[in-house]
Amino acid sequence: MQTVHDKGARREIKVVQRVLKVNERMAEENRRRFAEKGVFVVNVMSSPGSGKTATLQKTLARLMPEVRAAVIVGDVSTTHDADRLAVTGAPVVQVNTDAFGGDCHLAAHVIEKAADDLDLEAIELLIVENVGNLVCPAEFDIGEDARVVVLSVTEGEDKPVKYPTMFRTCDAAILNKIDLLPHLDYDKEQAVAYIRQVNPAMPVFEISARTGAGMDAWIGWLREKIKSKLKAKS
Amino acid sequence: MHEMGIALQIIEIATASIPPELGPQKVEKVNLKIGKLAAVVPDSLRFCFEIASRETPLAGAELAIEETPVVARCKACNERWTIDEPAFSCRGCGSGSLEILSGRELDIVSIEILQEGEDADGPR
Repeated sequence: MQTVHDKGARREIKVVQRVLKVNERMAEENRRRFAEKGVFVVNVMSSPGSGKTATLQKTLARLMPEVRAAVIVGDVSTTHDADRLAVTGAPVVQVNTDAFGGDCHLAAHVIEKAADDLDLEAIELLIVENVGNLVCPAEFDIGEDARVVVLSVTEGEDKPVKYPTMFRTCDAAILNKIDLLPHLDYDKEQAVAYIRQVNPAMPVFEISARTGAGMDAWIGWLREKIKSKLKAKS
Repeated sequence: MHEMGIALQIIEIATASIPPELGPQKVEKVNLKIGKLAAVVPDSLRFCFEIASRETPLAGAELAIEETPVVARCKACNERWTIDEPAFSCRGCGSGSLEILSGRELDIVSIEILQEGEDADGPR
């Protein structure tokens, strides 16, 4: 919408537009495209070093080949994560955001382009491993069905209240590295309480990607989501 | 953190908003509304905008930023209030089940250009 009116010697032109509208429109297009193919898209976010890649490696090992999955991995640079995930046999598209100005997040247009390199007919699950960052990815819709945040017991318990937007906009949380709890002063109850404070209804999966502990509940949750998405398509 | 990308979007939207019938125009001011939860640092945005707007109709334009407060509504007890701290739960019943009514805005409200004929030879 646009109206023009006077304001002293200046002329003010009303714009009233969301700056991120382009991203939001693109995200909706992505969402439509994925829905058409019955692909469940999960946007996995965390701070660097929480064990996102290890968690996803184990997740794929548990789901494949019965669930056909692909991964889009975002990093500022290197293909290290893509190399680790390719071992699972899932098609992996690496996005290096330094081509986009070293971006701190994946935006919808980046996902659109990366998805072009995937055969969407051949998958039911698309995992997007976002850039390690608890701030910016929360602001960018990429056309996902669910958002999952990974945090680990080697970080501060107060991550959820320090980054409330991230935790408020996510559908599930994974608390990783629980095998290390005996060696740490980490107050797990406090961490979960902080998550509940920001997002009371969010499921929290306590896991160790290293030992495989606690993976069942997380895998079960993901399977349910994939199933409902496929059902919605047919 | 992604202020440069936002600056580029602002320049694109603002440039497209200049009515074409006015011909080439210089934008003097961009009025923005940015929520305190939008993860945008105004100083950083101004810095990026100044660099990114060079050789565009927005070169030298002022970014007037109205920061909007975070207003929440409790889904449990319907309390509404303005929040100052980063993490929060309902001040009434303590529930964390909140709807953010405002505070995440990142909007261009308007652009300002000089009236035709006025200030034609003036500074800038």
